[in-house]
Amino acid sequence: MMRNAQAVLNENSRLPQTMITPSRYRNPIGKYVVRRNSSCISCGLCADLCPYGVHLRYENYSEPIRPLDYRCIGYQCEANDFFCVKRCPQHALTLRLNPIMETIGDYRWSSEMILAHWYMAETGNLPPGDLEYSLGYSGGGFDKIRFRIPDPKDYLNIPNEEIDTSLLLNRRRDGRPERVLSLPCYGGGMSFGSTALPVLVGRARAAERLNTLTCTGEGGYPKEFVPHRDNIITQVATGLFGVREETILYAPVVEFKYAQGAKPGLGGHLLGDKVTPEVAKLRETVMGNSLFSPFPFHSVYSVEDHKKHLDWIKEINPKALVSVKVSTPTDSDMVAVGSYYAGAHIIHFDGSYGGTGAAPDIAKKNIAMPIEYAIPKVHRFLMTEGVRDELCLMASGGIRNAVDVAKAIALGANGCVIGTADLVAMECVRCSNCESGRGCARSIATTDAELGYEIKEEWAEQRLVNMYMAWRKQWCEILRQYGLRSIKELVGRSDLLVHLDYLDEDQRKKYQPAPKKKLIL
Amino acid sequence: MPKKYAIHTKNAAPRFPPVGKYATVEFRENCAGSCRLCVRKQCVYNIFKDNFLHWSNMCEPQYLYTCKSCYRCVEECTKGIFSMSINPEYRTLGDDYWTPGIINSTWAQAHTGNIPVSGAGYRGPFAGEGFDSIWTDMSEIVRPTRDGIHGREYISTMVELSRRPMKLEFGEDMSLITKPSPILEIPLPVTFQQPSFGILSEEVLLSMARSANEVGTLMFIDPENYSFAFSEFSSSLVPRLTASNYYKYSEIIRKSQMVELSYSPTVENEFTRLREIKPGLIISVGIPLNNKAAGLALALSKTEVDTVHFYGSDNGRELDADNPRYLKDMIREIHLELVKNNIRSRVNLVFSGGIAMAEHVAKSLICGADAVAVDLSLLIALECRLCYRCKDSKSCPVKLEEVQQEWGAQRIINLMGAWHNQLLEVMGAFGIREARRIRGEVGRSMWFDDLERDSFSPLFGTRKVTGIGY
Repeated sequence: MMRNAQAVLNENSRLPQTMITPSRYRNPIGKYVVRRNSSCISCGLCADLCPYGVHLRYENYSEPIRPLDYRCIGYQCEANDFFCVKRCPQHALTLRLNPIMETIGDYRWSSEMILAHWYMAETGNLPPGDLEYSLGYSGGGFDKIRFRIPDPKDYLNIPNEEIDTSLLLNRRRDGRPERVLSLPCYGGGMSFGSTALPVLVGRARAAERLNTLTCTGEGGYPKEFVPHRDNIITQVATGLFGVREETILYAPVVEFKYAQGAKPGLGGHLLGDKVTPEVAKLRETVMGNSLFSPFPFHSVYSVEDHKKHLDWIKEINPKALVSVKVSTPTDSDMVAVGSYYAGAHIIHFDGSYGGTGAAPDIAKKNIAMPIEYAIPKVHRFLMTEGVRDELCLMASGGIRNAVDVAKAIALGANGCVIGTADLVAMECVRCSNCESGRGCARSIATTDAELGYEIKEEWAEQRLVNMYMAWRKQWCEILRQYGLRSIKELVGRSDLLVHLDYLDEDQRKKYQPAPKKKLIL
Repeated sequence: MPKKYAIHTKNAAPRFPPVGKYATVEFRENCAGSCRLCVRKQCVYNIFKDNFLHWSNMCEPQYLYTCKSCYRCVEECTKGIFSMSINPEYRTLGDDYWTPGIINSTWAQAHTGNIPVSGAGYRGPFAGEGFDSIWTDMSEIVRPTRDGIHGREYISTMVELSRRPMKLEFGEDMSLITKPSPILEIPLPVTFQQPSFGILSEEVLLSMARSANEVGTLMFIDPENYSFAFSEFSSSLVPRLTASNYYKYSEIIRKSQMVELSYSPTVENEFTRLREIKPGLIISVGIPLNNKAAGLALALSKTEVDTVHFYGSDNGRELDADNPRYLKDMIREIHLELVKNNIRSRVNLVFSGGIAMAEHVAKSLICGADAVAVDLSLLIALECRLCYRCKDSKSCPVKLEEVQQEWGAQRIINLMGAWHNQLLEVMGAFGIREARRIRGEVGRSMWFDDLERDSFSPLFGTRKVTGIGY
């Protein structure tokens, strides 16, 4: 269903403005370190020269200020006239690679990808310089898939405002709202308990401004969500925490979480340290007690049972769309078609490398298949069954950046569900210590009375808006290259993708190789 | 229903501070000294305070081993004097197979008995060689499933090590003519074996024997180490003998439920004699995991052997080969050879070498093993750093020779408790309640090559690289 150009323009005119939203911390980490030694005479030349704002100089402040080296584009700058290290009359400046980079990130979220997303969240722009923000070191899946080299003749020279990145959630034409989001993605479930309240409310506020959605996760419905309820999915998971008639009635979309990619086949985990009085009250449990949700829904052992669940939601809220979130077992294609016949509007597959607040390491690594395999499998099967056009297929679990989203869509998804990237925008370092004790030291995945309230909702909101607007720029550029006006035209266009391992040597050389690095984990 | 099997874990703190991953770097000369906002005092994990206490107790200098890399000290110091690096000592732990991450995780499990749980998504490569090219399956909506470790239903991890008759014969009056063979069961598909190197003091080996006894499993041990002190645990010990020396150890054999003979061409001729020494004795034959292993296993399975125990390399590979295959491929080959010859259910296959994590147990079973045997993990549980200094007769940095058996046994019990619970997690996700049903059940797993072929080949054509392509 293609929308006309004017409708796209109207909708895009409502997209939010980006705004510089700096780091919460005094010394943001950058790829490069710029040091100024004591021979600096504070002449101010570097501040005049650097267009990236590495060197600051305030009026009436004669002392030199420590460079904001996280903004530095590094050795690339050597070719520029304004390269501060070369131009400094006192040779007081030095530039080197920041050795801390080897300690940040992992094979999936490389240090460069994390830093680049911090930049996007701060500025709303793509980072200048040489940060690799679309590929990690995983050596497979999205990191081996590339967009085919486009034919220059196909380039569509139109501004971003004329490009449609919207996502239609209800494709069944069943009389329920035909909800259209402005972005091809929405926020994944994060529960109050696993994540700090200001983070969650910030996500909801950002979703409202971006005309997309976020999700309660399995932690209940804090009252702070109510003003943003049009943009919040209520999740019904096996623990049924916070599932009440009113929270079903609030929701534009109700999501049944059957399984989660990070812990497929297991229930939710919230370790006792994070069950504070507030969390316990909302979940109607006991403070300090670990909460393990059962697996699976014990009322669902067949497609008929599944349909009963969906009918129950539809009966309570006649305007709600229903999403079914599952993980990626061998028979994910059968699960998808079963959900279609049960009446789901959205089938959401969460691949095995998805995020979590707490999961056994053995589950995160080993159970269920990566999302890259599940998307084409499900897409193809739904096509064969003749029901593909009636179902919105959402993918998540290891979708890290805008290019991953575009690749997932080209593989056959309608859109993606994003979790970790939202948190990275709020300066998560993926240290993976979310699960216990006081929780996250960076105030994101914590309910600690002190740490849990260090982030301001407004700050979180704007960081997310900035990051998604930067992502949108990437989607628009990809679409333009292939002469596409709408991201809907990209769905299932796997002919636009290549996989490095499936190319002959001479063809492979034409594409960016998969970044390789041996990390100490 | 039998009593639910549980391994009772109890905190067993390390004797030495574990080698931490991170080292904080401070450029002290730039410290303001009086900013009153010192990040050292604000560390969420109190590591600077703990480290100061450590120094004040005159302990050896060390890195901040409890640092969790939140970077707040780096990012909040008023003068920006902090940075962070990987602890160089951490890099030296283990090798490419026994990675620092595996060693660290084993230490943590041996300390607490808890399964490793963390936040955020998986941090590793997309896929890897060997066991890392297998994903296990899980039950979704449409299949009846089970409750996992927190559920109501009992998941049994028990396996047998005794042979089974291929058929039962009945008389005209329907009485059983077949003489039932003795049954030997262990409550989890993990056995222990004496490591091939390391500081194997009597107390270290007693730690292993005691823990084997506590968790109800067996330990393969060389008879020369089988001193009087081990008598207490004799029912849990499997002496590793040879056809030429077993007659010297008849006293030990009488005390054992099971013995192992290392393979020799006519080894089966000794089974009768062994069972004369101890009627009902369960017999294992140990053979090297090389390209002859499948053939030998087939030949042995036609004898009165109960279990065939394959010894792979410490890094989970085939022996005696220029391009050694991975343990997973070797298990598949041997298992399928026996399946093809309709004799698989008669004997049990135990594999050792490179079993480093709980997931290797589940995946070995999926490939076709009945059980695995662990060795180096037992040493690591006792704080071994796999520095290999002992191979050169140098001193052990964690003084393994001073290990006391009560502490050592508890560490190993904790590790097995954590592995058992992880096995339950995977089985719960499978929807399988019996470890014996996992054996060879590749249908409950997904393999890299198959997924690439099924999902990607229709899109991208023929795969042009071999292996995982990393």
